[in-house]
Amino acid sequence: MTGYTDTEMMALAAGRLIKDGDIVFAGTGVSMLAATTAKRIYAPGAVFFFETGGIDPDLRELPMTVGDPRVMSGTSINTGLIDALSLLGHRKLRTIALLGTAQIDRYGNLNTTSLGDYHRPATRFPGSGGACDAASCASGVISFVKHEKRRFVEKLDYLTSVGWYRGGDSRRRLGLPRGGPIAVVTNLGVMKFDDPTKEMYLACRYPGVPVETILENTGFPVDVSRTVEAEPPSAEELRILRKEVDPQHLILQ
Amino acid sequence: MSDIDDKLMSPADAVRRFIGNGSQVAIGGFTINRNPMALACEIARQGVKDLHLVCHSHGQALDLLIGAGCVSRLELAYGGNGRYAPTCIRFRDAVENNKILFEDYSNYQMSLRFLAGALGVPYIPSKSGLGSDVIRLEGFPPGIRKERNVASKKVVIAQNPFSNDDDPVVLLPALTPDVALVHAQYVGDDGTVRITGLSFADIEQAKSADVVIVSCEEIVPRSIIRRDPDANSLPPFLVDAIVHAPHGAHPTACYGFYDYDPGHLNLYRAAAGDDETWRAYLDKWIYGVPSHEAYLEKIGDTALRALRADPERGYAVGLDRK
Repeated sequence: MTGYTDTEMMALAAGRLIKDGDIVFAGTGVSMLAATTAKRIYAPGAVFFFETGGIDPDLRELPMTVGDPRVMSGTSINTGLIDALSLLGHRKLRTIALLGTAQIDRYGNLNTTSLGDYHRPATRFPGSGGACDAASCASGVISFVKHEKRRFVEKLDYLTSVGWYRGGDSRRRLGLPRGGPIAVVTNLGVMKFDDPTKEMYLACRYPGVPVETILENTGFPVDVSRTVEAEPPSAEELRILRKEVDPQHLILQ
Repeated sequence: MSDIDDKLMSPADAVRRFIGNGSQVAIGGFTINRNPMALACEIARQGVKDLHLVCHSHGQALDLLIGAGCVSRLELAYGGNGRYAPTCIRFRDAVENNKILFEDYSNYQMSLRFLAGALGVPYIPSKSGLGSDVIRLEGFPPGIRKERNVASKKVVIAQNPFSNDDDPVVLLPALTPDVALVHAQYVGDDGTVRITGLSFADIEQAKSADVVIVSCEEIVPRSIIRRDPDANSLPPFLVDAIVHAPHGAHPTACYGFYDYDPGHLNLYRAAAGDDETWRAYLDKWIYGVPSHEAYLEKIGDTALRALRADPERGYAVGLDRK
């Protein structure tokens, strides 16, 4: 088995969650890599769309962001933000959103806005973009985050995008009748959410990653009793990812 | 003599005539795409102050205008340029160091606010953002809430008045900016505007504004632009100024014409991280060039040629984007 990087494993782990027939909304960064990977390897029959308005592009070249002209090429239709974002919550569609984040809590709420005081932040991030909308309206969210204690926190510095909110049925009581986080893909494993508490648990760890490492890097307790080891990437998966999806290593590290 | 002789003007004249200190300006495009850069550079060159920018997800024009000290208030959803600036660099500096007032919304919320302005309604409901800090925390201080073009509140959570059940909605205040800046691929010599590729929220932004300035790659005969009216974006009577500015979105992309410019965006990133090198960037690329034409000459034909879009695919196939 050849070696592989964290970003490669994250893109493949997320790609494996996408199925033919899914309607997938992808954000910038690793989300884009996972979307393009899924289209090439796991789910050529899935439809990918972007908040900017590009619906089902051919993805012959990896878009670097959702504003890349590559999301407008070979599409079924080119529209704009309101059209694309209204599809996210359309009542007849089952949509999955792929979102990166800087911080996450045990209920899958996300922060992409800032660290420290909101008005005088220690670190400012780009902001919601379409993430708050996707988290509110999509049928499900898969998020990406580096597995570090400072990112898996008890309390977010700012809640940009609502996940399971405070657990249980609290999301529904907010007035959001559908949606919620499905999975969190990190550089160490994949987390999912328990019913009915909606608390995060460890669903799988990547090959060779000890459970203890994951616990040490998570800022709150997680159930690890059901953890399985993920399949390592195959040579063919890595070849497609490196040679076809991101040959310039724009997002791959 | 064409229908647009009275509207056709240079970037300098358009900015001088329609944008002043304190104007509320909506900027079109999205992160690294179709930013009205020729107009933004001219705003910076003229040293306009205290702009109140309103946008959804923005990148290059936003960052340049903040970095050049033109902006005192900002309502936005996102400031980033992909790998070239995961968070826009001068934007980040301005927020972290308290140089501007800012208010965060989401993309859907900002787009809907422009739509409300275009529709002539005072607010618009949405389900997006319930439970989030985007709704809970106000960025603007109460002291400016009574001023013109500032909403009295960021949002209001209300009950759906048509439902017998508990059904909260987010009411978003309409935006009616003084000026909208749009960079389009084509304008007809009758004034009809055509955006190709994605329109983002440019059309809603233009319809919500008092004044619309459109810069464009090409001005084409009326007979051409009216041959396929289904593809057109704005009618002539909504447009107040037309600026012919080929490569007017550089270093961002313009679908069907050219890609974003990785070389220049990398150069920008290297300069923007430090106050001194940033000042040198402005001196070299903004203040040191008298016009958009002079800017393009400095960028050079070789660099521009490498960005030329493939006519079928709309972007530069195989462009080195590192």
